[in-house]
Amino acid sequence: MIKKKRNWIRLRESAIRAFFFLNGIMAIFVLIGIFGLLLYTSIPAFREVNIKDFFAGRNWDPTSPLKAEYGILSMMVSTFMVTACALAIAVPVGVGVAAYLSDVAHWRVREIVKPAIEVLAGIPSVVIGFLGIVLLGPLISKIFNTSSGLNALNGCLLLATMALPTIISISEDSLNAVPQAYSEASLALGASRWQTLVRVRIPAALSGIIASVMLGMGRAIGETMTVLMATGNARAFPHGLLDSIRTMTANIAIELGEVPYFTTHYYALFAIGLVLFLMTFLVNLIADIILHKYQEREL
Amino acid sequence: MKKKKIIQFLGFLALRACLYFVLAVLLFFLYDIGSKGGGAISWEFLTKAPRRGMTQGGIFPAIMGTFLVTIVTAILAVPLGMFAAIYLNEYARQSKLTRIIRLSIRNLSGVPSIVYGLFGVILFVNILKFGTSILSAGLTLGLLTLPWTITASEEALKTVPNSYREGALALGATKWQSIRTNVLPYALPGILTGTVLGIARAAGETAPIMFTGAAFYLPYLPKSLGDQFMALPYHLYIMATQHHDISLVRPLAYGTALVLIALVLGMNMAAIILRFRLRRRKRG
Repeated sequence: MIKKKRNWIRLRESAIRAFFFLNGIMAIFVLIGIFGLLLYTSIPAFREVNIKDFFAGRNWDPTSPLKAEYGILSMMVSTFMVTACALAIAVPVGVGVAAYLSDVAHWRVREIVKPAIEVLAGIPSVVIGFLGIVLLGPLISKIFNTSSGLNALNGCLLLATMALPTIISISEDSLNAVPQAYSEASLALGASRWQTLVRVRIPAALSGIIASVMLGMGRAIGETMTVLMATGNARAFPHGLLDSIRTMTANIAIELGEVPYFTTHYYALFAIGLVLFLMTFLVNLIADIILHKYQEREL
Repeated sequence: MKKKKIIQFLGFLALRACLYFVLAVLLFFLYDIGSKGGGAISWEFLTKAPRRGMTQGGIFPAIMGTFLVTIVTAILAVPLGMFAAIYLNEYARQSKLTRIIRLSIRNLSGVPSIVYGLFGVILFVNILKFGTSILSAGLTLGLLTLPWTITASEEALKTVPNSYREGALALGATKWQSIRTNVLPYALPGILTGTVLGIARAAGETAPIMFTGAAFYLPYLPKSLGDQFMALPYHLYIMATQHHDISLVRPLAYGTALVLIALVLGMNMAAIILRFRLRRRKRG
């Protein structure tokens, strides 16, 4: 009798364990599922579109009555352009704020600022895009004397504010993780706090800072609503920050609503999604490897 | 010696300037939305449907739509996230599989939201034939939220002292009994606050719902999970870029933005306050 009950308990325990295990490996299936379905839906596009033309073609004109063209080079360049520009602003400012919070600020200041940064991270991207239209756009068109303020520069500034919270919080974490002994040794040798920060603490935290930049970059590449609303969405190849541009994400968002299902155009949009997925996957993976190595070294 | 001090002073000043700059941008954003959106808010705006080609009236269907879709999101993401976190924190050993699971979770949280939208279009709208509906959009958002709820739940489980688990086990409880009676009650408030933060972010997302269920304009409220719906973020997008008379409806767009921000940040704030209180209670 007792044995029977014990067996039942054991069975129940392993059933429960199996249940949680299934939930645990769910994440792997979702990730593979996203990749698999995107790949599966993209493949038909390449029956009609040459892969080389797809990546190297500058013209995206699937609805042309003469000859439909499916080149995504202009969009990729646009995506890289706004991302690079956003990082050029967000990295120095973000690392600066992180350094201030970890090394200079009084703890009371930190208690106030950290929730404020969380608030910034919590503003929905469509609201940021809206602010690009109503605030930044008119400002840019006035300063640079352009007819419209919806251009790459607008998207770049907005993306910078969106990448900031990621960069600040992860950089600050990695600065805080630098062993106290490093700074003490540096200070004992007569270095000022500033010298200690710049020459000892930031180099020691560099891997975490780089990882934060990669994560911010992933966010900027994949951001949709902000660039869709603020960059003007012209299909031409971009030549400067004051050009109206259309990124990969924006192109999907604009055309997926109008395209007839299961046409080459439809499949090609999923192919763009696949490229996006792979790009952000790679960026995140690199960030992950850097962070992982750094954590192991700390232990 | 003096030079060193001056450099330090200037350096710290530059860092402080970075901080002030970021805070100024944040305040400027909030002030602009608050001041211009505040004028549009009225009882009618919050409780009535849009009228006359969305140039008048309110945003009630959009508020309800966002509310309903968020519920579907939570039903999918909260239990799944919690269970996965229980596996990772309580059952999983340090193995290659566990590392791959964690890697997948971190990577999922970096997948662009529009890619989740594409995935939702194929899986929920086409393969599973849910159509463009609340269900499809909610499930898509649920998948998007999953990595956040897993991470948040795991963080909460990590705060449970090991002695809680060992105490139960020493009294002869099985692993599940110790989790159910000792670990979960302690971790639950933390899990809830963490998941609310994730759900709040999902409520403000636009790209994943654009093609899985959100509608441009509906004069009535959705009656079932299979209906299309209006949603606050999508409504803001429409009012800001797609409406036939954008300058005329600008005040309404501002009002929508304010309601959306208030909703998302309100949920955030509630979670943060709850976390703060619970932390204090635990210490005391």
